[in-house]
Amino acid sequence: MSFGALHGLLTVLLMILFGGIVWWAFSRKNKKRFDEAANLPFADDENHPPARKRSHEGD
Amino acid sequence: METTADTHNTSAQAARSQETYDYKVVRQFSIMTIVWGIVGMLVGVLIAAQLVWPALNTNLEWFTFGRLRPLHTNAVIFAFGGSALFATSYYIVQRTCQTRLFGGPLVGFTFWGWQLIIVLAAVTLPLGMTMGKEYAELEWPIAILIALVWVAYAIVFFGTILKRKVSHIYVANWFFGAFIITIAVLHIVNNISMPVTLFKSYSAYPGTMDAMIQWWYGHNAVGFFLTAAFLGMMYYFVPKQAGRPIYSYRLSVVHFWALVSLYMWAGPHHLHYTALPDWVQSLGMVFSLILLAPSWGGMINGIMTLSGAWHKLRTDPILRFLIVSLSFYGLATFEGPMMSIKTVNALSHYTDWTIGHVHGGALGWVAMISIGSLYALIPALWGKEKMYSIKAIEWHFWLSTIGTVMYIVSMWIAGVMQGLMWRAVNADGTLTYNFVETLVQMYPYYFLRFLGGAVFFLGMFIMVWNVWKTIAGEKPVVHTVPQTAH
Repeated sequence: MSFGALHGLLTVLLMILFGGIVWWAFSRKNKKRFDEAANLPFADDENHPPARKRSHEGD
Repeated sequence: METTADTHNTSAQAARSQETYDYKVVRQFSIMTIVWGIVGMLVGVLIAAQLVWPALNTNLEWFTFGRLRPLHTNAVIFAFGGSALFATSYYIVQRTCQTRLFGGPLVGFTFWGWQLIIVLAAVTLPLGMTMGKEYAELEWPIAILIALVWVAYAIVFFGTILKRKVSHIYVANWFFGAFIITIAVLHIVNNISMPVTLFKSYSAYPGTMDAMIQWWYGHNAVGFFLTAAFLGMMYYFVPKQAGRPIYSYRLSVVHFWALVSLYMWAGPHHLHYTALPDWVQSLGMVFSLILLAPSWGGMINGIMTLSGAWHKLRTDPILRFLIVSLSFYGLATFEGPMMSIKTVNALSHYTDWTIGHVHGGALGWVAMISIGSLYALIPALWGKEKMYSIKAIEWHFWLSTIGTVMYIVSMWIAGVMQGLMWRAVNADGTLTYNFVETLVQMYPYYFLRFLGGAVFFLGMFIMVWNVWKTIAGEKPVVHTVPQTAH
């Protein structure tokens, strides 16, 4: 196989791979896990009631 | 100071010995972000003034534009931007993985090592010690130290991801992770060189190949250091500040993979019309054009997070910092692909348009997203509900925005004028203008640029005052890591 054909094949494979990533990201069965992940910035908030006033209460 | 007892929680959790988040290093890097921001921007304003008033170059070689310009770029990119990235990545990776930073003493090593590198840069660059590669000027002993600190950073970051207590790896960490790995590869490959003395080395690559490797490094430093990593910041602080999850998490996944796959190939657009093979130039141009898609995908994803809550922009200047930075990001990532088109580049290359483009990204995107994130982060680190003065943030926001616009508009005009004058030819084929004739035309725009930079710089002092009022005399807060694994 020539170098050019190999590069062509690689390009096609990478495009398929990217299509796969898009399909994976938007497939219905993954919606729940991505919704969970999207909430991670807020997930540990309840453990830290906003730290307000703490410093004024003489600790 | 990390052991300051969290007296309010102790009653509830008395019996358990609690793991806490490592905020010390985050605080250190946050403060140094502001310090290096002031230093780097001061040098920037100074060299902008030198271009207007050449007498300011003085007769001291250490103080000339040529020596100070790399000091400015290194200080704002690696000292200011780098510290902001260390601070936010260390904070975000802990909070979204719900675990303390991994690596023990390595964490402190990354902080002190990075500060030492910055100081060494500030000493060697004015002395004229340089590899001569843009954004990779530092000589080989410092380059080795950078590699060591960076490996430690990678161990800390990925070690923390590995011991996370949640199953998902939040998208911000994907961006930070890609940034850390890529910068390691870029830095090491581009710095392979032959030392001749302790302070002088020569690149291991010859001619055109050296140029290509340099701009493969250079453009990916833009793509991964100044883009991907700050997008990591964006993916945490925009949702956090807006109080709602990112507009589309699934888009962020596609955004990530598209961005990291495409950026790698865009470097040749820095070498249009050079000895670089023509097809490589075209390749770089095409990939730069395609890059518009993921760049705007990410921008839209960030901005649309506010969908249905736009009113928050009216009252929250921090959110405004973040969203306007995304707008500047969108502007710069539209302008960039346009400038990579060969025919446009024939006009824009080597002119001040490039400088304007860079600062649209550097001031508008990188600095403003960092400043906004710091305003959200600093109160959290010192146990305050919010910054001391919201009004002051408002002022800072306007100074930053106006300063950036003044800067880029003046450079657009200057750059296009230069490009047109440089290529104007008479009927007999001779050049219409000599270089000095074009330079004379630049005075008003160079002054406007100086003014824009100075206005932006002024905002930083408002930040210093506000941060001081927020944290002075306050005890650093200690946050415990959640006990329940998800």
